[in-house]
Amino acid sequence: MSPESAPPQPNQSQPGQPLLEVDSLTVDIDGEVGKHRILDDVSITLEPGEPMGLVGESGSGKSMTLRTILGMLPPAATVVEGEVRFRGRNILTLGSDRRYDQKVRGTGISMVFQEPAIALNPVMKVGRQITDAIAEHKGLSKRASHDLAIELMDRVGIANPERRVSDYPFQLSGGMRQRVMIAAALAQEPEILLCDEPTTALDVTIQAQVLDLFRTMQQEKGLGLLYVTHDLAVVAQLCTSISVMKSGKIIEHGNLQRIFDEPQEDYTRRLLSATPRIDDGVQLERAT
Amino acid sequence: MSVEPLASQTTPQARFTLPLPAFLRRHNLQLWIGLAIMSIIVAILAIGPLFVTADPNRQDLLNAFGPSSLAHPMGTDQLGRDILSRFLNGGRVDLMVAVIAVIVPFILGTVLGALAGYFGRWVDVVIMRLADIVSAFPFYVLVIVLVFVMGNGMASIFVAISLVSWVAYARIVRGEVLVLREEEFISACRASGLSTPRILARHVVPNTVSQGIIYGMSDIVLNIGVVVTLSFFGMGIVPPTADWGQMMNDGQQYMGTGNYGLILWPGFAVVLVSLALALIGDGLTNILKPKR
Repeated sequence: MSPESAPPQPNQSQPGQPLLEVDSLTVDIDGEVGKHRILDDVSITLEPGEPMGLVGESGSGKSMTLRTILGMLPPAATVVEGEVRFRGRNILTLGSDRRYDQKVRGTGISMVFQEPAIALNPVMKVGRQITDAIAEHKGLSKRASHDLAIELMDRVGIANPERRVSDYPFQLSGGMRQRVMIAAALAQEPEILLCDEPTTALDVTIQAQVLDLFRTMQQEKGLGLLYVTHDLAVVAQLCTSISVMKSGKIIEHGNLQRIFDEPQEDYTRRLLSATPRIDDGVQLERAT
Repeated sequence: MSVEPLASQTTPQARFTLPLPAFLRRHNLQLWIGLAIMSIIVAILAIGPLFVTADPNRQDLLNAFGPSSLAHPMGTDQLGRDILSRFLNGGRVDLMVAVIAVIVPFILGTVLGALAGYFGRWVDVVIMRLADIVSAFPFYVLVIVLVFVMGNGMASIFVAISLVSWVAYARIVRGEVLVLREEEFISACRASGLSTPRILARHVVPNTVSQGIIYGMSDIVLNIGVVVTLSFFGMGIVPPTADWGQMMNDGQQYMGTGNYGLILWPGFAVVLVSLALALIGDGLTNILKPKR
């Protein structure tokens, strides 16, 4: 990354400083029936290299939390209170015309979307989409970004990247598209990867492969991962800590083992019991 | 109850259907026919004048309304000029003006429409109210006024058409962009830190150009109509330069006396060109749809 003049950006984290702090974030949205609080005093602390799961039912504010962290709230939303600090620096200002430090996007915090089918530009070759942002910021030549795209595609396990690089999204399968999305999100070597149910749109076998990929990438790069899902089985495979959301509030947070073994909240208990477990009575053969 | 094997069940006899719809679906027939007609016309206009060496502007009053002959295959007009030669040279002028007069409105309309649609708010208000003002005037009235102000000739036709017909492109592109900017992939672009100009230029606009191009095909037809109409009223291409509109205007005065040649050929050509471009536009609609 080229050295930025202003504002000063501490590239080296002080020991003990969390990577991402969401501090009592409160967001209102203007609906048809008046103001509605969609996030209520949400606080999340993500340490460097920590994979955290954010679980909860539909409409509990999981996706909104991610969008707020990236400064991409819908126009009707207002940040009433709170801060989002990346490496100790606030990147989000209050109000409806909220300003956001756009330099963080892509290079500091990146996001993988739920539906790879609609999160890729249908009329651009996937290779160019992967390297588009990095090509803009670093002024890469066509040749260089082409080669980089092949390298990145290879790293996320796309077979035959030399050929796939000039495919259009409609020529790829769902799993391939999600791998392309991941390659694009990781292209600028971010420190935090936000995932908005990235495997929900995929079928089970592809899901397992993509989860594997997330795990490898997370461990290799020491990524901070904020993984939104309603699927606790996925969280159990990938994350070390869990935050449980309900009606815009974080109602429970803790270590993966602790939450699974001794949930404090009734809601968490019910969420856990709604997930079929492999050791639940019936002996099942493990599908690989 | 016995189970009847599926094969023995009588299925209703398939109605006889023409193979044509299936054939049309498989092959983009409109596009090919349109392109064929258009390329024949363009080829004739391009190489025709090399063989027809008669001067399109040379008058020969003694030979006015001459019949078809070896020297004048389409006969001569009221001033004894060779109709074939004027037809070929006039077609070149008309087509050239019509095609070039699509490019500027296309670019202008696409840029303004994309800005209006993407940024919304006051940008949208300013651009679209401007568009409303332009389209509130009847098209020809505005064009004729502009040509009057600037004088006859190709340059005025270009300017007049450009000032008026960008509105259609702007409306089309704005509508597309309004849908596009809510798309997830635009969010993904923003999430990856792309700048707004780059998102617009590389992700939004490329998704709208196909609609603009398709409309552009019918806009060429409209432009031919405009050029021919203006010339017909004596406000287009300056005489003695030949063009189809001027020829038809001349011809309609003598139709009563049985001299159809002058109006027949240019009229026929205008219809044919319009048909070809309309077919091409239809055909392009089928292939330019972004696939998902």
